[in-house]
Amino acid sequence: MSSTLAGWLQALALVGALALCYRPLGDYIAHLLTSAKHLGAERGLYKVVGVDGDADQRWPVYLRSVLAFSALSILFLYGLIRLQTHLLLSLGVPETEAHQAWNTAVSFTTNTNWQSYSGEAAMGHLVQMAGLAVQNFVSAAVGIAVVAALIRGFARNRTDRVGNFWVDLTRIVLRLLLPISVVFALVLVANGVVQNFHGFHDLATLGGDTQSIPGGPVASQEVIKELGTNGGGFFNANSAHPFENPNGFTNWLEVFLLLVISFSLPRTFGKMVGDHRQGYAIVAVMGLFWVASAALITFSEAHHSGTALNAAGGAMEGKEQRFGVAASSLFAASTTLTSTGAVDSFHDSFTPFGGGLTMFDMMLGEIAPGGTGSGLYGMLVLAIVAVFVAGLMVGRTPEYLGKKLGGREMKFASLYILTTPALVLIGTGVAMALPGERAGMLNSGAHGFSEVLYAFTSASNNNGSAFAGITVNTPWYDTALGLCMAFGRFLPMVFVLALAGSLARQQPVPASAGTLPTHKPLFVGLLSSVVLIVVGLTYFPALALGPIAEGLH
Amino acid sequence: MPTFLRTHLTALRMLLVMTAVLGLAYPLLVTGVSQLAFADKANGSIVTSDGKEIGSSLLGQNYNLPKKDPGDADEQAQPDPKFFQPRFSAGGYDPKASGASNLGPNDEKMTQAIEDRRAAIAAFDGVDPVSVPPDAVTSSGSGLDPHISVAYAKEQVDRVAQARGLSTDALNRLIDTCTEGRSLGFLGEDGVNVVLLNKAISEQK
Repeated sequence: MSSTLAGWLQALALVGALALCYRPLGDYIAHLLTSAKHLGAERGLYKVVGVDGDADQRWPVYLRSVLAFSALSILFLYGLIRLQTHLLLSLGVPETEAHQAWNTAVSFTTNTNWQSYSGEAAMGHLVQMAGLAVQNFVSAAVGIAVVAALIRGFARNRTDRVGNFWVDLTRIVLRLLLPISVVFALVLVANGVVQNFHGFHDLATLGGDTQSIPGGPVASQEVIKELGTNGGGFFNANSAHPFENPNGFTNWLEVFLLLVISFSLPRTFGKMVGDHRQGYAIVAVMGLFWVASAALITFSEAHHSGTALNAAGGAMEGKEQRFGVAASSLFAASTTLTSTGAVDSFHDSFTPFGGGLTMFDMMLGEIAPGGTGSGLYGMLVLAIVAVFVAGLMVGRTPEYLGKKLGGREMKFASLYILTTPALVLIGTGVAMALPGERAGMLNSGAHGFSEVLYAFTSASNNNGSAFAGITVNTPWYDTALGLCMAFGRFLPMVFVLALAGSLARQQPVPASAGTLPTHKPLFVGLLSSVVLIVVGLTYFPALALGPIAEGLH
Repeated sequence: MPTFLRTHLTALRMLLVMTAVLGLAYPLLVTGVSQLAFADKANGSIVTSDGKEIGSSLLGQNYNLPKKDPGDADEQAQPDPKFFQPRFSAGGYDPKASGASNLGPNDEKMTQAIEDRRAAIAAFDGVDPVSVPPDAVTSSGSGLDPHISVAYAKEQVDRVAQARGLSTDALNRLIDTCTEGRSLGFLGEDGVNVVLLNKAISEQK
């Protein structure tokens, strides 16, 4: 079979598998978010934690719960990392400095999983499994919980209640993430991903060297790293490492896992608002961008460009032989469009156009399909903007799913859209203005600028992948990128939950002849255009200085 | 108790319960089942030869000649002609330093390095520089890639046959047995596992 045909088949199999999961998984998530029944284990947990599982919260209380949980998560993780040398299973790693511990704690709590450290050199097994992997689960659940509150805002009328954060968090973890993780962790192990508590194990090779074989609870962390769109690798090489991703099947499975929840959530949305067609329209927009990005990156990598890659005769720098160009490109598109940020090949060495696209994917705001939960709420905010724009054209107050989009709603939507670009562009600008921080670039010229732009784009959009040549383990980068991750995660959540509150309060208006139908191809086109225009206008100048300049070079 | 404090206490208790379930019980369960059902894979797919552990079938290795002066850190390691050579690695196949070169597609250093590698490999293997495939002159993503393309393996056959006094037919047969196809026939790319191939040729009598 030719590589081209195999590449097509992998992508088609992926589309097929995701399509098969769309209804059952989306319906299941809707069920667990709306069911009045608690499981026995959940009731026990609520008793221990001290929450009333039957009491819904107003949006400010929901928000306070999200923020309190996240703040304590950052503190707890920070403490665990700083103290790890005194704890079990630390494998003799050196002490982590304060700025790097802060960066890592924020990174995993915000579902970013930006890594300024090298996994095998800096983190012991206890921090990996009891600190980082725990946040892989709960940060993903927090994202889904927040979008659940927003959907309830659309689905509920004349109420000030948007759900109970503790119940949402518990159910998403126990009924959704944990069971899937257990099953697929074992599938990964059966394919060669390691799962043990060993440290490095030295042996003598045939070539006469000594090689240190690493160990660790890798599979249990790898699976949730993808499923929860986290992306933080157990090892420095992330999913390129054979112990995280040993063959073509695990690679495909990892791409599937990192897409499946985000692509199924529109079904949950359709189900909860009582109109499945609304879900199809949203998933169509997400799918459109994903297909386009995967196709363009694969094309660009397969038709290599750049002096170095042309000298090699193929874009294999930073790519693994067992994946090849097609599977690596599929992974790259999926990981940068979902806020996952795991990598099975290194984007810094991609062709100028291919690497630029991975950056552009993140600049879309992680909405196609985006992170677990965060992707859907980002897309719904843009849908609100699209409906508003359409309303302006015909001169009437717009409504989406029967809810009027007035000044208050549009303020929250606008603030949401402004947050990440502000963080990205100001962060990049300041870094480029400081000579010490400019020196962090590995490459020079336009490609070096791309490394800095990629770093701030990745952090502010909670992606976590990198043009990894850049040196970011410095007090300035660790602190600045940590702030970008925190603001890029929690400010949008504030606006989304405020929006949920103001939508839930309304009495729905009946659809009239002047109502824009939001389930038709016209709306799919309108929403896609709004996404492109917002991103294009915001980031074009910055992209022109980086990947575009390099590509035209 | 003020609401502010109560919310944070609830959050703390929730975090501790989650840590116990997701951070301890879950990885212990997965480890337990893995060690019972897939012990070999769970422990790193270790390969043995003559009863001695020689590596992992998933992690690539160096096959270089001993240095002339072991104390000289600047001396470039020379590839051993008796072994099939793996891809280049940014971390020298050290699993404590996995990762890629991260050099950009137009980087001058990388362009030069790739041209130098092409010339060196062509001279070493006694082939036309044009026929050296892309995977041979580039470094992998992990720095631990255990595979090379079938084309690169075939290209090395004559040199290894000569160095070992083995027939090219025998080597080609071993390459076939050590070629790992795409998963399920269409996922990923096929490649020759260099660790297994070198083990197999070193066991030929």
